[in-house]
Amino acid sequence: MSDFLRLEGLEKRFGETAVTRGVSLSAARGEIVALLGPSGSGKTTVLRLVAGFEVPDAGRIRVEGEDVTDLPPERRRFGMVFQHYALFPHMTVGENVAFGLRAGGAAAGETRERVTETLSLVGLAGFEDRRVTEISGGQQQRVALARALAPSPRVLLLDEPLSNLDPALRDRTRRELKRAIRKVGITTLFVTHEQEEAFELGDRVAVLHRGRLEQIGTPEALFERPATRFVASFIGRSSVLPAVWSGGARLEGEVVWPAEAGAPPTEGASVDLVVRPDALLLAAAPRKDGLAGTVVERRYAGRIAFYRVATGAGEVEVLAAADAAREGDPVVVAPAPSGPLPLAFARESEP
Amino acid sequence: MRPRRGPLVPLLLVLLLFWLVGYPLVLTLLEALGAPHWTLAHFGEFARRPAEWAALGASLWISLATVALAALVGVPLAFVFERREFPGRRLLGSLVALPVALPPLIGVIAFLFLYGESGFASRGIQAALRLSAPPWRLSGPAAILLVHAYSMYVYFYTFTRAGLARLDGSLLEAAQSLGAGRGRVLGAVTLPLLLPALSGAALLTFMTSLASFSAPYVFGGSFRVMTTQIVASKLNGDDALAMVETVTLAAVGLVGLWLLRRLEGTRSAAGGVRGVAPRRRVVGTGRWAATAAGWGLAVFLLAPHATLLLVSFVPRDTWTTEALPPVLSTGNYRALFADPVRLTPIVNSLWMASAATALAIVLGLAAAIVAARRRGAWGGAIEGLVAAPWALPGTVFAVALAAAFSVRAPWAGRFVLVGTAAILPLGYLVRSLPLTGRAAFAGLRQMDPALEEAAASLGASRALRLRRIVLPHVRPALAAGASLAFLAAIGDFVVSIVLYTYDTRPISIEILSSLRIQEIGVAAAYGVLLTALSAAAFLVWGRREG
Ligand SMILES: Nc1ncnc2c1ncn2[C@@H]1O[C@H](COP(=O)(O)OP(=O)(O)OP(=O)(O)O)[C@@H](O)[C@H]1O
Ligand SMILES: [Mg+2]
Repeated sequence: MSDFLRLEGLEKRFGETAVTRGVSLSAARGEIVALLGPSGSGKTTVLRLVAGFEVPDAGRIRVEGEDVTDLPPERRRFGMVFQHYALFPHMTVGENVAFGLRAGGAAAGETRERVTETLSLVGLAGFEDRRVTEISGGQQQRVALARALAPSPRVLLLDEPLSNLDPALRDRTRRELKRAIRKVGITTLFVTHEQEEAFELGDRVAVLHRGRLEQIGTPEALFERPATRFVASFIGRSSVLPAVWSGGARLEGEVVWPAEAGAPPTEGASVDLVVRPDALLLAAAPRKDGLAGTVVERRYAGRIAFYRVATGAGEVEVLAAADAAREGDPVVVAPAPSGPLPLAFARESEP
Repeated sequence: MRPRRGPLVPLLLVLLLFWLVGYPLVLTLLEALGAPHWTLAHFGEFARRPAEWAALGASLWISLATVALAALVGVPLAFVFERREFPGRRLLGSLVALPVALPPLIGVIAFLFLYGESGFASRGIQAALRLSAPPWRLSGPAAILLVHAYSMYVYFYTFTRAGLARLDGSLLEAAQSLGAGRGRVLGAVTLPLLLPALSGAALLTFMTSLASFSAPYVFGGSFRVMTTQIVASKLNGDDALAMVETVTLAAVGLVGLWLLRRLEGTRSAAGGVRGVAPRRRVVGTGRWAATAAGWGLAVFLLAPHATLLLVSFVPRDTWTTEALPPVLSTGNYRALFADPVRLTPIVNSLWMASAATALAIVLGLAAAIVAARRRGAWGGAIEGLVAAPWALPGTVFAVALAAAFSVRAPWAGRFVLVGTAAILPLGYLVRSLPLTGRAAFAGLRQMDPALEEAAASLGASRALRLRRIVLPHVRPALAAGASLAFLAAIGDFVVSIVLYTYDTRPISIEILSSLRIQEIGVAAAYGVLLTALSAAAFLVWGRREG
């Protein structure tokens, strides 16, 4: 893979706390990489390091082989779309979009042409003279995108660009955003805490957790071959059960479930078993690989339902037919023969 | 769902407020117009005298120059304290805002003690360079401007700091990432966004400077501005001319207020904070520069007040040619309290300011409650009357009150109050009313009307609702307003100098008399006492606000 944008071992601490810890990743020219992670995982910090608003304590940032780590933001030629858009309230839509062109010393005629062109790219042709305070949230978001794209930056950075839109608008704007980015063909780094958004927009998704890059890969790879316990449990729905490794995952008593492990743990090691709801079934009668438990919650979803079952080994979520059980029923949970294998990860001794 | 009542209470309140605030102004206008023999002769007289035009012009240019100078000091100061981090920033940051809370007269005499002919700085330079005479004379427009800039920079400082703190940091970052360097970010983004704050500060400075009396009175000499011109005419017995001058100054003040209102109307355009506020920079050599700039400016700006403190410990006639005072003692302070003649002004100031504040609280709150109950004409009239004294220079009210209450005509609501102990508290009350009134209006506006309705639906009587719901809600705002009112009353100079008698002389007048008879140390001790009283009131206010 040719790497157009490279982050190498980025470290950033604020006072005592390390907010990003050795983040390395690269993006090919024109690739869209999504930075996905829970709140506080350091996504924004990584983006701000790349943009140049923060200076890393260690690590380098390169674009096309050029080391930009020590360049101030105004000389990086990176476009950024802010979470709250940061449109200049005292300027019109056109003046906002022209700002970067003027700062770059473009001539008036050239600027006007480019503003018109960029505004029509985001579907806002003719909005030049509107005040940015008088247009809708979705339109503001598109002005922010146009403003970032107008000076033809080398890299586009977006911080939760859709989080300020109401859900109905978000779907449509997401598609339009992707279309515009693809049309320009710009290399893009984009932050979100929503898996759906990351999977739809990103060619590849980088999962951040406590300032560390846990895994980067295509949505399929993350879902099917999670590299860490965190990724396995963060991507998709799943339950985590403590277990002991002995050929499979030994849960409570003599119950052993078949499981897969990336790096095979030693016999008798403590593991965390990550189980997806469709890997399990509700059995009618007690069985050797069955955990006895009680349904504590049932979430109805059409012909199927999600059952939360309290067992001696912990709580698990099971996908089953909508009429399989009711809240309060005693049930037996067992691995589904056709389901994905549960994944075992050596227990991390996290602080 | 408000209970309807007859218009009796609002009517009485409007009458009272009008009698106190509006009536003296109307009488002033009438006298300027020569009523009952209507004539414009007095205005013609005014227009024919070059000295009047000179004073009017001086008022205007001094005010404009003050705005420029105050901005020059206040805006950079705000940037240093808001954008940079350095040791002592928080403490100094609030200290440099203090001068505006102190009575203007204090600033004037503090300045005199530091930079005056026999001031600390001049002596130092004279001694260092072995000059035979003081290096400069502190008088005329330059001195007035210096004193103005020295105290009124605070408006620019606080407005700019608030504006910067409200500024969305991601706007600056957005500009940066679009390729704008420092200068461009400042010129194209930061300053335009600060414009409402800056123009607000500019108008406030302009109005304050227009109304300023202490500095022109003490330093002006033959250089007159409108305020000193009015008082001079008044003291010369040229009443009609004083009235015309007063009307003119009031008109200029009202134009200023009108501009201020318009400005507030257009202010909402800029968005509030959304992203993070820009972080304070703490890096490298900038830190030392910021520390030096912050401390240097703060020491420079607070030096006059420090000098005032020093001088208050210097016994009479002990400090002659030395650079530093050779003897320090608490004698001046002891003299204030031991000598009944010197104690009188302190007692006077305290009781008159307290009485005025108490009345201002009651009247301000009553006005707010009545106005909140009935919007429309009554409410508007009440709010306008309460706010008016804020917009008009103190000199205007001093002269208006003197004109209104030196005549006995009970059927016209006029009594001879000038010369009695009642006139000064009344004058202070008028000046303080907008401060408590505004606070009460603001406090009531923030209260959810549903609270009172809920109490009513629970069976609470009107009195109970007032006591248990309304008062607790407006109390913090009202307390803040009250401390500002007390501050204004105890520090007043301009109303006092027009209306005092020997028996009712307040501290400010006594400071001036002490200076006149060369009791420098005693004047300084009075000044420190006044500063301490003001600072105490200011701290109460700060605590409530914060
Ligand atoms: N300027 C700063 N000073 C101190 N701590 C900071 C600063 N910026 C971020 N942090 C801390 O770093 C951690 C990561 O912050 P960051 O904003 O990068 O997370 P995030 O993944 O973007 O989270 P969110 O989804 O909530 O936006 C947080 O714990 C945050 O409190
Ligand atoms: Mg974030």
